[in-house]
Amino acid sequence: MIPFSPGDLLAILPELIVMGVGCLLLVIDPLTAEDRKERLVYISLAALAVAFIAQYWLLGLRRPVFSGLYVLDPYGTFWKLLLILVAGLVILLAKAHLKLEAIDLGEFNAFILLSLSGMMVMVSGRDLLVIYLGLELMSISLYIMAGFKRFERRSMEASAKYFILGSLSSGILLYGISLLYGRTGSTMLSGIKAGLAGLPPHDPILLLAMILLVVGFGFKVSAVPFHMWTPDVYEGAPTSVTAYLAVASKAASFAAFVRVFMEALGGVKANWQVLLLIVSIATMVLGNVVAIVQTNIKRMLAYSSIAHAGYALIGLVVADAAGVAGVMLYLALYAFMTLGAFTVVTMLRKGGLEGDEIEDFTGLARRNKWAALLMLLFMISLTGIPPTAGFIGKLYIFMAAVGAHLTWLAVLAVIFAAVSAYFYLRIIMVMYMREPGETAGTPGHNVRIVASPAIIAVLLVAAAGVLVLGIFPDPLVKAAQSAILP
Amino acid sequence: METVAFFYFAAVIVLTAVLVVAFRNPIYSVIALLVMFFHVAGLFVTLHAEFLAAVQIVVYAGAILVLYLFVVMLLNLKQDDSYQRQVGWGIGLGIVGLAEMIYLVLSAQVGNSPAIGTAALQASASPKVAAIVTRGNTEAIGYMLYTKYLFPFEVASLILLVAMIGAILLAKKGVLGMKEP
Repeated sequence: MIPFSPGDLLAILPELIVMGVGCLLLVIDPLTAEDRKERLVYISLAALAVAFIAQYWLLGLRRPVFSGLYVLDPYGTFWKLLLILVAGLVILLAKAHLKLEAIDLGEFNAFILLSLSGMMVMVSGRDLLVIYLGLELMSISLYIMAGFKRFERRSMEASAKYFILGSLSSGILLYGISLLYGRTGSTMLSGIKAGLAGLPPHDPILLLAMILLVVGFGFKVSAVPFHMWTPDVYEGAPTSVTAYLAVASKAASFAAFVRVFMEALGGVKANWQVLLLIVSIATMVLGNVVAIVQTNIKRMLAYSSIAHAGYALIGLVVADAAGVAGVMLYLALYAFMTLGAFTVVTMLRKGGLEGDEIEDFTGLARRNKWAALLMLLFMISLTGIPPTAGFIGKLYIFMAAVGAHLTWLAVLAVIFAAVSAYFYLRIIMVMYMREPGETAGTPGHNVRIVASPAIIAVLLVAAAGVLVLGIFPDPLVKAAQSAILP
Repeated sequence: METVAFFYFAAVIVLTAVLVVAFRNPIYSVIALLVMFFHVAGLFVTLHAEFLAAVQIVVYAGAILVLYLFVVMLLNLKQDDSYQRQVGWGIGLGIVGLAEMIYLVLSAQVGNSPAIGTAALQASASPKVAAIVTRGNTEAIGYMLYTKYLFPFEVASLILLVAMIGAILLAKKGVLGMKEP
């Protein structure tokens, strides 16, 4: 028996490129002279560009790969295009940022590519084992990247905490998978769906498996009450890694979350909708309320990312075509604004360190009006005020909720979006309405903005994404709506 | 014969498992654990799961236990009494667990449990199971790994690669410690 056909390999061409170049970088890195390490960045960017084109070429195709364990479908392609784009932007951002932090290692690019390949496997797996392996490949790379600032206590703490809690959550996820396998006799999503048909709807083992899956995925998307790791890891990890964590890892986890629950457990929706409803509300409430009291910008953005996971979860609670399209749209738009906000944070330097306190933004508009203006744009977008991307994302999610007769949930989410304005607008207030401190010890003293062509490029892409997709979201909306799961 | 083997392995497993927590010297505990792992492997053999038995020895006895020994010896742990004080809790939880197990065993429908053994497996209708029995389960697993599950198998190898390089990167002095005081 031949295990696969050439068509199968063609269908996973983008994955193969990313994996192959990721491994290749590990070999090239020691062979490259210290002053030529920038080459590695260009190689990875070129690989991502080729992978993006290959994936775009596969757009719209639908084909089971490797006897159904894996799939090429518009849903996976949508996410993969987004993830490749984000990975490219993060590599550009890290090129400048890691040098400032004196942790510019060639391996970083390899880890970005390998974790990206894990994410790509995760969003296209149609077998729980494959999805799990993709998730683990992504997570292990991220654990390591979170600890890249080895000489800094916070970074080591972030890495260790993320690793231990992440392993625990993987264990819980596996427990859920094994119970599902035991009950339905299959790890394939289609097999589970077929197996569930013969079971009573309130089968206790099935319910337990479902809860365990929600815990496992909930951890990865940092939903309350499985969010505890998020602020510490986001704060401790190097900021470019934090951006990758907050955007790519969350998007990929949501993609797998939605696929597993819609494709495998879609037949028993009523069982998990209530569970996710509670998680979603708790996530919105806690994320938005706790963000108010943060003094560190990275921690604040961590709680904000928790809150945004809560909004995106509404789409999964609705669990219909509009809801799934809403999740896809929300995460895609969220990617631009969060990446942009973290990029501005990397530009702020206080002496030799990163200015990651909210205080450091004091009077930024006086020092550098462009940086302040971009931060203003990203904060407005995160709040969800038109005409930015954040508004469009929320609009489609809330419309999906209203369409599924969950108007009260949409109203609740709007109220908490209003709460979130308090801490987002506070950054704007601090930047524009205060004078930067002139003497040592006052807020905003000794802060400077470090920009490089790479960072400016990332900022331009992020700002363009926020503005263009905020005013003219139609192409992305169409793309999401045509890529929903069958 | 199978029953005798089962009771021998089961008795040794229970005994050594108790010894693991009862010993005060961590080295003795680890050795007791080693003996336990071998007997668990023996239990798998009586169930005709030869592959699982081999994996049990290679992975647990071979890799994980050596890791334990490394840690114990590197940290130079002589004796740790802090856990001995929790004996009361241990007994309490043990009784609860035992009660639960007895309840489960008593309430299970005994007639429903499938007979164990090659004959029973061959008699069962599933053609998959029959193929495994005739071919031997090591061969069957290897065949599946390199045909149907080739892709996940390769992804797993990438995971190991990433974990290995990451461990070296984070642990090696001078790689990431450029600013280290």
